[in-house]
Amino acid sequence: MKRLELKTPLQLQKTLDQLSDGMQRRLVASPPGLCPVETVLNYLTLARSESCGKCAPCRIGLAAMADLLEKLLDGEGNADTVALLEETAASVANSADCAIGIEAAKAVQMSLAAFRDDYLEHAATAHCLVGKKEALPCRALCPADVDIPGYIALVREGRNADAIRLIRKDNPFPVACAYICEHPCESHCRRTMVDDAVNIRALKRYAVSQAGEVPQPSCAPSTGKKVAVIGGGPGGLTAAYFLTLMGHKVTVFEKRRQLGGMMRYGIPSYRFPREVLDGELKSILSLGIEIKTGVDIGRDISFADIRKDFDAVFLAIGAHTDRKLGIDGEGSEGVISAVKLLRGIGDGEYPDFTGKRVVVVGGGNVAMDCTRSAVRLGAEKVTCVYRRRIEDMTAQHEEVDGAIAEGAEVMTLAAPLKVEADENGKVVAFWAKPQMIGEFDKGGRPAPKDAAEEPIRIPCDIILVAIGQGIDSKAFETDGVPCGRGGWIKAADDTAIKGVDGVFAGGDVVTGPATVIRAIAAGKVAAANIDAYLGFHHEISADVEIPTPRFADLRPHGRVNPAERPADERKKDFACMECPYTAEAALEEASRCLRCDFFGFGNFKGGRKERW
Amino acid sequence: MVNFTLNGKALQTTEGTTILRAAEENGVAIPHLCYLKEINEIGACRLCVVEIEGMDRLAPACNTVITEGMVIRTESPRILAARKVNLQLLLSRHRTACTSCVRNGNCTLQTLSKQFNIREIRYDLKPEKNASSGACPIVRDASKCVQCMRCVQVCDKIQGVHVWDAVGSGSRSVVDTADRRPVAETNCTYCGQCVTHCPTGALTARDDTDKVFAALANPELTTVIQVAPAVRSAWSEEFGLDTDVATVGRMVAALKAIGFDYVFDTNFTADLTIMEEGSELLARLKEADKHSWPMFTSCCPGWVRFLKTQYPAFIPNLSTAKSPQQMFGAVAKSYFAEKKGLDPHKVFVVSIMPCSAKKAECELPAMKDACGDKDVDVVLTTREFCRMLAQLNIAPAKLEETAFDSPLGSGTGAAVIFGATGGVMEAALRSAYALVTGKNPDADAFAPYRPVPGKAWKESEIQIPGAGPLKIAVASGLANTRKLMDALQNGTAKYDFVEIMACPGGCAGGGGQPIHEGQELAAYRGKKLWKLDSDSLVRFSHENTDVQALYQEYLEAPLSEKAHHLLHTDHNA
Repeated sequence: MKRLELKTPLQLQKTLDQLSDGMQRRLVASPPGLCPVETVLNYLTLARSESCGKCAPCRIGLAAMADLLEKLLDGEGNADTVALLEETAASVANSADCAIGIEAAKAVQMSLAAFRDDYLEHAATAHCLVGKKEALPCRALCPADVDIPGYIALVREGRNADAIRLIRKDNPFPVACAYICEHPCESHCRRTMVDDAVNIRALKRYAVSQAGEVPQPSCAPSTGKKVAVIGGGPGGLTAAYFLTLMGHKVTVFEKRRQLGGMMRYGIPSYRFPREVLDGELKSILSLGIEIKTGVDIGRDISFADIRKDFDAVFLAIGAHTDRKLGIDGEGSEGVISAVKLLRGIGDGEYPDFTGKRVVVVGGGNVAMDCTRSAVRLGAEKVTCVYRRRIEDMTAQHEEVDGAIAEGAEVMTLAAPLKVEADENGKVVAFWAKPQMIGEFDKGGRPAPKDAAEEPIRIPCDIILVAIGQGIDSKAFETDGVPCGRGGWIKAADDTAIKGVDGVFAGGDVVTGPATVIRAIAAGKVAAANIDAYLGFHHEISADVEIPTPRFADLRPHGRVNPAERPADERKKDFACMECPYTAEAALEEASRCLRCDFFGFGNFKGGRKERW
Repeated sequence: MVNFTLNGKALQTTEGTTILRAAEENGVAIPHLCYLKEINEIGACRLCVVEIEGMDRLAPACNTVITEGMVIRTESPRILAARKVNLQLLLSRHRTACTSCVRNGNCTLQTLSKQFNIREIRYDLKPEKNASSGACPIVRDASKCVQCMRCVQVCDKIQGVHVWDAVGSGSRSVVDTADRRPVAETNCTYCGQCVTHCPTGALTARDDTDKVFAALANPELTTVIQVAPAVRSAWSEEFGLDTDVATVGRMVAALKAIGFDYVFDTNFTADLTIMEEGSELLARLKEADKHSWPMFTSCCPGWVRFLKTQYPAFIPNLSTAKSPQQMFGAVAKSYFAEKKGLDPHKVFVVSIMPCSAKKAECELPAMKDACGDKDVDVVLTTREFCRMLAQLNIAPAKLEETAFDSPLGSGTGAAVIFGATGGVMEAALRSAYALVTGKNPDADAFAPYRPVPGKAWKESEIQIPGAGPLKIAVASGLANTRKLMDALQNGTAKYDFVEIMACPGGCAGGGGQPIHEGQELAAYRGKKLWKLDSDSLVRFSHENTDVQALYQEYLEAPLSEKAHHLLHTDHNA
C-alpha cells in the first residue's frame, strides 16, 4: 500500500508533449491567408478537447459552436447560424467556469467582431471572402515580394551573383538587407513545421559576402520624364533605382550630407559597416541617378517649385525628429537624443564616452543601438532603463541579448521620473519610478503601473533618450500635402496622395518609424505606380534560371546561426560584429529550405513572379 | 547524361528528365492520374510514387528529376500500399456512377481502379455537391472531380483563359470557376480543351443526341446533316479502324445508316467561305485605309468568343463571313430548300463538329438568316456521332462506301484543310492568288508557310504578283493567340491577314474530338487532312463547281447583297 507515489514522466506524456510542440510550431508556421472561419474552428477543436467536461457551457457550448462553424463551412448555414454562434459565444464567455471555456468563447467573439463580413459570406455562399492560397509563406510576408526560395536555391548551387541579381529584381538593397533586415519572411517559414525557420537573412549575408561586385542591369531607353525623389533613404533610393531602370530621369534630394537615411544615420556601423553601405550606394548610383545632398526642401527650394520642375514626385523623408521624455531636467547638459547621437555617428562624429556612466531610456531597437554604441564609445557603465519587462521590449531579442553580453545592464520596470543636474546644469543622475506590470492595454501589451516603492537614483553623466522618432513634414503640408497626427503623410496603398496629382509618398513618413524592408517595398510600389502615372508599363525582371529542387526527406536539422565576434572583442570597436557563414554552413542551411516554390502549391500555381 | 538504376537495371538519360519520363522511355509503366505531360506535373494524385534508395519517403515520379546515381524502384509492397490507399482516398470523393457516366470505358480513374483491384472503398463517401453550371455546352459535374487540376492548367497554360481555378481552403479546396460563377457567366470560350483533358466524367460537353433522335423520328422533318472536315480525321478512333477502312465514304455510309435524309459536307461551305472571306480580304485591301488591320478569320467560334470578351476593340477586324457551319445552315434552309421544294421550317439541320463551341455558335441570336428559324438546329460533337452509331449498332467497318449527297456535298482539297491549323489561310491564299493574277498558283506553293509546332505563331510574307506583299500570321491555341494579340495591340507585330484556331493544332485537336488519355492527336489527325488535300483532284475553292452553281443560280457573286444577308454576320449583334 503506497501512501504517496513519485511522479515519473510517462512515455505517453512525453509523446503528448512532443505532439504539443509540433502543434505549436505548426501554428507558428500557418500559411498566411488561411480562411478565418476555419481557423476559429481549429481553435475550438483544440479547446473542446481540453474541456474537463464539468460545466455545461464549456463541455457542450464549445462543441455546439464547432458544429455551427462546420455548418457554415459546409454551406449548410445561414445568417441565423451566425446569430446563434454569436449568442452562444457570449453566453459561454459569460458563464463558463474556467479559462478553458471562457478564452475559447472570447476567441469566437473576437473573430466575429473582426471578420463579420466573412462569416456572412460563408453563410450566404459557403465561400470564403478572405482566404487566399499563398504558395510561399516567406515571399508572402516579405514586404518587397523578394523571391526567397529562388535565391536560396542559387546560394545552394554557389551561384551567389545570380542570387544578388534575383534579389535586386524586387529589392535594390540586397546588401543592406543581408545585414540588417528584420526578416519577416522567417516568421511563418514552413520549415518550422519540421524543426525551425530557415535562417534566410544569414543566407543572404553569405551570398553578398561571396558574390563580389555584381554589375547592375542596363536601363530602358530614356522616356524624357523627370521624377524627383525627396529623401535619400532606402525608400527614396529604391524608387529612384527602379524608376531609373525604367528610363525616367530621377533626381534625389537629400537633406543630410550623405545618402542612406536611417541605414546611415540610425543603424550603427557594427551592425552595418559604412564601407559596405557605401559600396551598395555606389552600385545603385552607377545607374545614373542625379543626387543633390544637403538640400532642405522648404528652406533651399520650395516643394511647389519641385512639383513644377518634375513630372512626378516621391516623398520619402522618413522619421528623423526626436521625441521628448517630458520630465524635469530634460534640458540638462548631457541629455542627448538617440537621433542626434546616431546621426553624428553616421557622419563619422564619434563622441568620447570614456569613463562616463550612461543611461539609455527606451526598449526598442534604437535604444539597443544607443546602448551598444555607448559601450563602444568607451562608457564605463551603460544602463538601459525601460518601464516594462524585457519580454515586452520591441527590440529584437538578439539585440537585447547582445547588449547584455557586451556588459550593458538592463533595468526593467523603471519609468523616467526626472533628470538631476548639478549647479552648472550638467547631468548627475537619472531618477526612475519603480513599476509593476499590470493589465493589458488596448494594444494587447501589458501596461506598467506605479509600484509602491521609493524612486531609484541612477548616478550618470550621459542620458540617451531613445523613445521613438517623429516626422517633420511641415514643408509639404504648407504646400497642400495632407498630413495626419504627428506629421504622418496620408498616402494610399499605391503610395499615391489623394488630391495631390503626381505626388506619391511612402516609407516611415507614411507608416511611422518602421523597417528598412518596408521602406524598400514602398519605393518599389511607388516606382510601379509612378511609371503607370507617367503613362508607361515598364516591366522589371531578372532573367535568372532557378535550379530545379531535389527531392529530399524531411529530417529535422538544427537551424544554423552565424557566429558573432566575441563580446569582449567586438565591444571595443564599431567593426561588424557578425561573421558570415562559412561555405559549409551556408550549404547546410540552404539545404534546409523546403523549396515551397516547387513542393506543395508552388509547382501548381508558381509562387514565383518573374516580372512586375 | 545522367546515370541511374531503374528496377535493378543500369541506365542513362538526359539531364533534367523526370523519373516518369525516363521510365516510359525504357518501357516501364508507372501509374498516374493527374499527370499531363509538360502541362500538369504537380504530383497531386500521388499514384506515381516510387522508391528512391536512401530516401525514407516515396517520391512522385512525375516531377522528380533524376540525379546522378539515383537508384529507383517502381514497384514494392510499400509503393503498392500507398497507391491503393491514395486511389481509395480519391474514390471516396468521387461519385462513382460508371454505368450512367459518359466516360464509362474511357475513364482514367476507372482504369486505375480496375488495375489496382479496388473492391471496396474503406472511407466515408463524400463527393462534392454539385452547383449549377448554367446552360452552356460545357457541363461540370463536381461530384466526379478528382481535383487533378488538369482543367485548371489546360485553361491557364494552353488556352490562357483562366476559367478554372483551385478555390476554397484546406480540406474544402475544390476546383471551380475562378470566381465561382456559373460557367456561362465566365469568359469561357467553350473550346472544350478542359473536357478532352479531364480524366473522369467531371467535365463533359453537353449531349444533344436525344434532340437528333427525336428529329429523325419525326416524319414531318427533312433531316440534313453536315459533317465538318476534321471529323473525318478522328471519328473512326472510337471504333479502332485502320486508316484504309476509315474512309470518308464509310463515314458517309454510317451517317446514311443513322437515317439522315441528306448527308452533306461542311467542306462545301468551307469552299464558299473562301469565296466570301477571300473576296472580303481583297475588297478590304482595295480600301485599306478604311479598315483596321489585320483582318482575322472568323470560322472558329471559340476564337470569336475569345476576341469578343478579351480584345473587343478588335471586333471590327473580324471577317464578317460566317463560319462554314453557319453558312451551311443558311444555304440549306434557303437555296437547298427552294431547290428541293421543301418548307425551310421543316428542314432540320444537324452538324457534326469536332468542337463544343459550335454548340453555342448555332444558338447565337444572329444566326437565323435563312427563314427566321435557327439556321443550324443541333450541333453534335464527333463523340456524340460515335455514340449514335453505337446505340444503333452500326458497325462502320462493314458498310459500303457511299458518296455525299448533292448539291451541298462537294468539297475541294482546300476545304478539307480547314480542319488543321494554317488550312484556312492556305486555302484563302490559293484562291486569292488566282483571283488577283487570273491563274492558279501551284497547289503546294504555300506549303512552306504552314505552321510548325514550338512557336506561338507563324508569320510569313507572301508575294502575290499584282497585289504586292501580304503579311500573314497563323496561330492556334488561345494562350498563343493572346501573345499574338498583345503583340498586335502594343504594335510589335503588324499583319494583313491572320488565321486563328482556338484549339491547339486547329479543329483536328478540337474539344469535340474523341478522348484518348495521355495522347495529343491534333498533329496526327491534321496530317490525314493534308493528305486528303494532296490526294484531291480539285484543290482550289473557286473551282468547286457546285459552289460556282450556287453563285450562278442563287447568290449571284461573292459579297452580293444576297450573299451578305445569308453568309455574313454582324459580330456586334
